[in-house]
Amino acid sequence: MGQRAEQIFHGQPAAGTMAKGPLHVLPGTRQETAAPAAGEDLAAALERARSELSRLIGNEKGAAGDILEFQLALLDDEDFLAPVIKRMAAGEPWRKAWREMLEEEIATYRDSGDEYLAARANDLRDLQMRVLGTDQDMSGIGRGAIVVAADLTPSRFLQISRLGVSGIALSGGSATGHVAILARERGINMIVGLKTAVETLPDGEQALIDAKNGLLIVSPSARTLAQGAERMAHEEKERKAAQAMAKKPAMTADGEPVRVLLNAANPDDLEEISPEICDGIGLTRTEFLFSDGLLPDEETQTRVYERILAWARGKPVTIRTLDAGGDKPIAGVTADGERNPFLGLRGLRLSLRKRALFRRQLRALLRAAIHGELKIMVPMVSVPEEMVQARAQLEKARQELEQRNVPYGDVSFGMMVEVPAAALMAECFDADFYSIGSNDLIQYTLAAERGNPEVSWLADGCNGAVMELIARTVRAGRRLGREVSVCGALASEPAHAACLLDAGVRVFSVAPAMAGPVKLAISRHAMAKGSKNK
Amino acid sequence: MTETVTGKVVITDPAGLHARPAVKLTKLAKSFASDIDIRAGEDGGWINAKSPSAVMKLKARHGTTLHVRATGADAQGGVDALVDLVKRGFG
Repeated sequence: MGQRAEQIFHGQPAAGTMAKGPLHVLPGTRQETAAPAAGEDLAAALERARSELSRLIGNEKGAAGDILEFQLALLDDEDFLAPVIKRMAAGEPWRKAWREMLEEEIATYRDSGDEYLAARANDLRDLQMRVLGTDQDMSGIGRGAIVVAADLTPSRFLQISRLGVSGIALSGGSATGHVAILARERGINMIVGLKTAVETLPDGEQALIDAKNGLLIVSPSARTLAQGAERMAHEEKERKAAQAMAKKPAMTADGEPVRVLLNAANPDDLEEISPEICDGIGLTRTEFLFSDGLLPDEETQTRVYERILAWARGKPVTIRTLDAGGDKPIAGVTADGERNPFLGLRGLRLSLRKRALFRRQLRALLRAAIHGELKIMVPMVSVPEEMVQARAQLEKARQELEQRNVPYGDVSFGMMVEVPAAALMAECFDADFYSIGSNDLIQYTLAAERGNPEVSWLADGCNGAVMELIARTVRAGRRLGREVSVCGALASEPAHAACLLDAGVRVFSVAPAMAGPVKLAISRHAMAKGSKNK
Repeated sequence: MTETVTGKVVITDPAGLHARPAVKLTKLAKSFASDIDIRAGEDGGWINAKSPSAVMKLKARHGTTLHVRATGADAQGGVDALVDLVKRGFG
């Protein structure tokens, strides 16, 4: 067998470092010859998909169920299926016809210019995969494989991430997308925006994923492999050092103590993490509770928040109220058709318009607060008046609980600092603490949208203007005796620990997988002269 | 020979014709034997009201006037039922 020539494919770094492994081209993007469940025809596949969906719908209420109902309805839509039938009549295999027709539909939804329809593209992807029966095929992914796919839904990503893969390379996706964030949290090597049609990649062929530089090297030469091995050995040494550091308290090289908190989302994810690696939780994103427009009741929410507090075993837990809007649309909650959603009705602005929904969440948080040290944080605050209004809602939520004779606990009430106006005037806000959301602060300060690859180079976290806003917020917090933390992606990047420390930041809230690496970076930095207790 | 019956109604549901209303509307349309088409606004193209895919892609949002037209034995019933469904906010 002849040696293939080395081929390098370029993409964007999304998470992790470097690893080696055989390529696994995911079904849905795999060539027809490797079709799963041979013998099944379209009618049988549709019937299987129908019964799977009906079973799933049985467990779902609200919008998540509606979406599944929609998928089910599509399977009985003659107009929708007509192009597939037509292509089959012309002699095309049904899998190819189905996959390609859905591919066109997905593109139509994605490029519709309609936020709601675009958000449904992933549901069509799920339907496409479901009918192809690719769920069964996921088990074919071996430990150590490098999975290549066009794109992944978050649920599919989670399934794959548990299989012990070496890495994931996607031709779609974005470095700031949900799946990339999950990959960073789990320390999975990942590239997005790979510039090749994944189905042309050779399944099973050896490859090297260089996630730091956004490269996928297929059939690497002996020389590339040797260089890769050297880098991997270095990364491995760093990883071990970081791991050893994870359970120790963070401290700079010259002995300045630093607190490292975790960013969390779903309590299920916390189950796999030891609370020993952190000083508490600095950010809990509650959007997962509201995915697909699902509006969980007070009881459901209370139980979720209690679980997080139980996990923390007395350490402080910061929970952010619903941060919908912007790049996180929620059907039926966020506004449709805004010309610029990032400057629109999002975060606290939306909560102050949906007050019943907001107070429902506040009541659940107040109730959970009996079980630990709970800090409520509101996102996207621009002017002091918003904090006045938010506190009034908190007070009203307390009164509502009292009227019902439901016990509740003490909470502190703080704000995200992600709008430059808030950073400049931090001391004017009635907040018990400040948490800097670097992702938005960077994009609003530099007027560069984080999801746009053409301008993302401008969105440098260590930009002087951004650092000045952070330092200013830190100084305001010191004067008023209020905690200031950084919870955005900036805090999770070991390379940026030094400039944050120099800006006065002493509380970092990081992705769980980054607790060790960030502590390691902190331990290697000696404070610049004069910056101590500035 | 049956004639074509038409009707129109303004969408008042705040979210417009999203997944749940689209499914409800097509299921209702399918319960009639007549051919039923809808369009969003005066200038929109007619689409099959029995196709959830087509209804979803109509992108009919809050405030849009939905036009309904039906041809067949139970055309009047079909138009009335669809108009009523939209009026009720897909309840």
